[in-house]
Amino acid sequence: MGKPVSVTRISLHKPPPSLTRIRVFIRRQPLLLLQGSTGSLNLANIGYIMLRIKTPKSLRAKREVEKRAPKLVENGKKTLILHGTKTSNVLNDVLTEIYHLKKDNSVKYSRRNDNIRPFESGGETSLEFYSLKTDCSLFVFGSHSKKRPDNLVIGRTYDHHIYDLVEVGVENFKSMKSCSYDKKIAPLIGSKPFFAFIGEGFENVEELKHLKEVLLDLFRGQVVSNLNLAGLDRVYVCTAVSSNKVLFTLCALRLKKSGTIVPRVELVEVGPSMDFVVRRHRIPDESLMKEAMKIAPELIKKKEKNVSKDAIEGKIGKIYVPDQRVGNASLPFTPKGVKRERREAKAKGEDNKHAEKKQKQKQKQHDDASA
Amino acid sequence: MYKFVDLKPFRKPVFLKQIHRRTLCLEKEEMGEDEQQEVGYQIDLGNLTAFDPHHQFSSVPDNREDLVKECIAHGTKLIQAVADALFNLPSTEDASGPIVSLPPPSTKLPREKPLPKPKPPTKWEVFAKKKGIQNRKKDKLVYDEQTSSWKRRHGYDRVNDDNDIPIIEAKMTDEPGVDPFAKRRSEKKQRVEKQEKNRLHNLKEASKVGALPSHVQLAATALPITGTQTAPRKVSKDELQNVAGMAATSTASGGKFDKKLAGEKPPKHEKKYRKFLPVVEGSGMGSLEKQQSDKILNKLMAKNSHEILNVGKAVDMYNAKSDKKRRNQQGKSSSTSSKLKVKKSPYKNASKKKSSSKGKSK
Repeated sequence: MGKPVSVTRISLHKPPPSLTRIRVFIRRQPLLLLQGSTGSLNLANIGYIMLRIKTPKSLRAKREVEKRAPKLVENGKKTLILHGTKTSNVLNDVLTEIYHLKKDNSVKYSRRNDNIRPFESGGETSLEFYSLKTDCSLFVFGSHSKKRPDNLVIGRTYDHHIYDLVEVGVENFKSMKSCSYDKKIAPLIGSKPFFAFIGEGFENVEELKHLKEVLLDLFRGQVVSNLNLAGLDRVYVCTAVSSNKVLFTLCALRLKKSGTIVPRVELVEVGPSMDFVVRRHRIPDESLMKEAMKIAPELIKKKEKNVSKDAIEGKIGKIYVPDQRVGNASLPFTPKGVKRERREAKAKGEDNKHAEKKQKQKQKQHDDASA
Repeated sequence: MYKFVDLKPFRKPVFLKQIHRRTLCLEKEEMGEDEQQEVGYQIDLGNLTAFDPHHQFSSVPDNREDLVKECIAHGTKLIQAVADALFNLPSTEDASGPIVSLPPPSTKLPREKPLPKPKPPTKWEVFAKKKGIQNRKKDKLVYDEQTSSWKRRHGYDRVNDDNDIPIIEAKMTDEPGVDPFAKRRSEKKQRVEKQEKNRLHNLKEASKVGALPSHVQLAATALPITGTQTAPRKVSKDELQNVAGMAATSTASGGKFDKKLAGEKPPKHEKKYRKFLPVVEGSGMGSLEKQQSDKILNKLMAKNSHEILNVGKAVDMYNAKSDKKRRNQQGKSSSTSSKLKVKKSPYKNASKKKSSSKGKSK
């Protein structure tokens, strides 16, 4: 070793990686300093995530986004029909028939979806994604396996997350094409259907209660306040044959002339008829159900106070008149005399006040002097 | 062949009129059926639903057709009950048929999306309410006195366009040398900026409550780097203060043109790190250029040398060892008697320096 060599050690001046993140956090357009365009503006810094406001660039896009936004009175629910890894012929027919029944508010996917398993915890992400993209809150998922042949999972979503599910098996399926009937009475797309639920099972058995609710939700269409009586032509008849079997069929409605305003009703079987065998179901979470069933306070009709209806007189209202305060009423004009009097009184009062004040001051000085 | 003709959803179906006529034409059939007990039926008019909870199948018919017939027969009764209630509602006549106003449905079904939250009032709304300012509707066309014609309020060829003003008269309060046109433009720009600021503030307030307007969405621009899933480290105040300076020096211009926030301290080292050697070296200074080049050379040599020896460390150790040696030698050759020497206390444990092979050089 030779003589000692003085060597200065040089450290590379590089900021540690965590700080580079902070650099982004501070350096890029800080909160509320802006550049005027709506598109990309950094609004919020939540921890290390930068958020930017996204607004639709065209009016058409804006209209579409607003259609899908949550509203006080909602749009009709749309249905998504899809199938899983394997389907049978029967199931294919069932799915197409359900699609035709709900043609105006449903979407049918034709590809198979291998990764959707509604009852498993991880297998519903795809479903939720589709629900978000198509804005469908109801779905009908068909699959066929040895263990569960001809399986239909009917489910609902709340805020594009799974709310509840009912799994039924389809038996004794009879399609629309096989029924023979007079073509003129066939039901049309989009007509508001009647529902007939028969059987004590729908009240006693929980699964059937759930199925009833889901079927009602699935087939009822849009909630309307005004209805044209001439356009009624569909009836869904659901009968609880046993504690786990429901007979489901669609009938056309014929209104026949009777003596009174109310026509006589006649049902003709037209549509698909099948047996639903309830297999599994999942009821929604208590808190989630509570939240989903909330009604906006603005929609609750407020009771009109002090109004009553009488058979003879019609609508009666009560008016409560408060007592008149005659003394303090403000007159439209004050007679001159009163004004002058008041002025004089006021002037006197001020003199008195001055006199009082002076007296008080004198007293004070007196007190101070004496003390 | 199904009957479901692919009609556009909102067109009224053609069959309607025919059905209507059918009900009116003389197809008389007897009301032969007895009126069944309708006490047990639960009717929901809003959904056009009838529910019979009391029906029991005493014996399920074996034949499926019979079962279906029975179900349909029973269904007919239920639907008759609903139709009774429905047709007795007050109806208004329309071209296509009688229109009835339905009551709201009684069976509660869940919503598909959460209730919208009421949005907080904007800054302007709060102010207007306080002052009692009413919102007046403005016309699209405004009468322009100059051209004596109707012009639109906003847009192409508008009423009070800034660019159309040919002359601005000077007021007594105006300073000389100030361009009034530029001043107007800058004032307008300021107003626009202020409005943007207010808009963002309103959006921020709304997003805090969770009531963003429906067409606005928040999107993440930069996601945190999560190579390892460790929680991000909390940064100290000093580090944060230095960061801006560090970031500034990392830029090509040395942070000269960066926008500074209010309250930001000037960086510790302004400008870039550059060192220029003096052109003429005065007396008393070593040759800086030689030192500089020596430094670079040594670095290069050290990198490429096979004996990677930490020279500094070796030097220190050598120096320390030689010092120790000298001390020991001095200590041994001292003439002082052992009596006057500081005696080591037998009770104290002296730290024993273990001989290691570290300092031993060749």
